[in-house]
Amino acid sequence: MTTTDNPILDIRDLTLSFGSLTAVDGVTLRVQEGARHALIGPNGAGKSTLFGVLAGRLRATSGQIFFNGQDVTALSEAERARKGLVRTFQHSSLFLGMSVLDNVRLAVERTISQPKRPWPNPRRDRAVTDAAMTHLESVGLLSRPSSLCGALSHGERRQVEVAMVLACEPRMVLFDEPTAGMSVAETNRFAEIVESLPRKVTVVVVEHDLDIVFRLAERVSVLAAGKLIADGTPEDIRTNDAVQEAYLGTSSNDALFGAAS
Amino acid sequence: MSATNTLSGLTADKPGTPKLLSRSAPRPMLRLLVAVVILLVLVSLPFFLAPYPLSLAGRALAFGLLVVSVDLLTGVMGMPSLGQVAYFGAGAYTAGLVGMHLSTSGVVQLLIGTLAGAALALLTGAVAVRTAGIVFLMITLAIGELAHIGVGSINAVGASNGLAGIPPVSVLPGGEPLVVPGYLYWWVLAVFVIGFCAAAVLNRSPLGRSMRGVRDGELRLRALGQNTYSVKLIAYTIAGGVAGAAGTAWVAQTQFISPGDLGFDMAAFALLSVVLGGAGSLWGPVIGAGLVIFVRDWLGGYIEGRGTLLLGVVFVIAVYVLPRGVAGIKWRSLRRKSSES
Ligand SMILES: Nc1ncnc2c1ncn2[C@@H]1O[C@H](COP(=O)(O)OP(=O)(O)OP(=O)(O)O)[C@@H](O)[C@H]1O
Ligand SMILES: [Mg+2]
Repeated sequence: MTTTDNPILDIRDLTLSFGSLTAVDGVTLRVQEGARHALIGPNGAGKSTLFGVLAGRLRATSGQIFFNGQDVTALSEAERARKGLVRTFQHSSLFLGMSVLDNVRLAVERTISQPKRPWPNPRRDRAVTDAAMTHLESVGLLSRPSSLCGALSHGERRQVEVAMVLACEPRMVLFDEPTAGMSVAETNRFAEIVESLPRKVTVVVVEHDLDIVFRLAERVSVLAAGKLIADGTPEDIRTNDAVQEAYLGTSSNDALFGAAS
Repeated sequence: MSATNTLSGLTADKPGTPKLLSRSAPRPMLRLLVAVVILLVLVSLPFFLAPYPLSLAGRALAFGLLVVSVDLLTGVMGMPSLGQVAYFGAGAYTAGLVGMHLSTSGVVQLLIGTLAGAALALLTGAVAVRTAGIVFLMITLAIGELAHIGVGSINAVGASNGLAGIPPVSVLPGGEPLVVPGYLYWWVLAVFVIGFCAAAVLNRSPLGRSMRGVRDGELRLRALGQNTYSVKLIAYTIAGGVAGAAGTAWVAQTQFISPGDLGFDMAAFALLSVVLGGAGSLWGPVIGAGLVIFVRDWLGGYIEGRGTLLLGVVFVIAVYVLPRGVAGIKWRSLRRKSSES
């Protein structure tokens, strides 16, 4: 394994409260560079909220986030994205009035071109289009670049989300339930994309589909009621009683992992 | 939904057709043809129209360019604005003053007036574009009203009487003044075409795409790492420049500018034209502008100055009959044609 000992993401005692509800409660977690990390937990556990805080959409109530050795707690969402920390959204968040290609171009343009140039430049714009098409090809949407995003199926929108984060030249991608609403073939394709990512890209995925979790993840963290209750290899998690309690209120391992094993 | 699909060229959307640039190939040709025909009609107007209707056409073109600037913000960037009259006024007053004291050249006035509009937009936009939605609308309303009231209290520019005695423009410095109505109209048309083309180029540029990104999901654009504040400020400044250019065309046509020309009704008519014409398309709102001027100043003349009332009626009907504006109907019929063939 090429994973080094160098944590790309270092979360220290991170807390976020919505009024009296503490959605993220003192989470401390390190993610190694190049890791394939899954974050699981029951509905309402605070997984998406944690992603929101990490990406910078939500401001932490307390605690710190270090990305690539730098304290990014005070940085804006855009600044974090420019450092390579990006995420997909649980509820697809696309530019629905624009074409699929334009959605991806917006991501590509920021990384390799000039998104604020007020006139066209055929050569540079061509390069942007080509790069965007490459990303669309890798998620299997090459055939529909000019469709409006609003006209796509739910699964296709998820694929556009994936193409967009890949186009951001990420160092770390937070996938929030990427396969929800995808067909079996689309889900498989997504897993292949993640498997084909170079190891310099770190992946954290929130996923309810445990087949995907155990296929992709080398390490699994479990969140329940805002707290990190377990963290370990997939094998550890499978046999962890606290995890069973949190999910089902029972400690029968088969009920939860029967389908996956 | 399905009507807007045609905008993206679904017709050539066959699987396994990676040659994506071919998808839009036939339409630009058609568009170019239509644009050339319309331009020829506009150029030939002086041969058909009497001086008064021709001056009305000139004013409609200047107003149309103001509407284009409103549409850049409202339709392309998704930020409805009532403040473009301020930059229109900046361009118009600057051009008038330049004409009286510095140079009668329309080219010089156009350049300085455009810069004046852009500079004022940059200054005021730095605050305005931090807001969105109804707050932005209210702030831009305040900007327009401040310009309207402010300029009406400055004696050096004629206060509420306006700036009179502006000499007719010539094209180049030291050139013949354009006193023949047809020549003057052609100059206004030239300014309109330059401004419209600038807006069309912007619309197809990366900034135009980023502006549509702001419209469809500003937060998402930020999550992609874009600084949306600077996208909005640059766009706002350019739109201010376009409005300034429109102001110079207006002054060239009327040789007069007063605070009344940048009042609330002007701002509201401009926004109305965008809605009538179809926000987001550039040519639709221009047709909307022509319609507004025609109803208010031409038809309105026959019913004793009730043009504004008539416009209100037209607006209510239009919202029911053409919810997507003029640009909306055109696309629907195009789609029907392409599905028949
Ligand atoms: N903006 C908000 N304001 C108030 N409460 C919120 C807000 N967003 C989330 N919550 C609450 O915070 C808790 C955590 O929600 P979150 O969406 O992070 O859970 P999750 O683990 O992603 O769940 P799921 O698996 O359903 O996506 C929930 O109780 C939710 O109701
Ligand atoms: Mg969630």
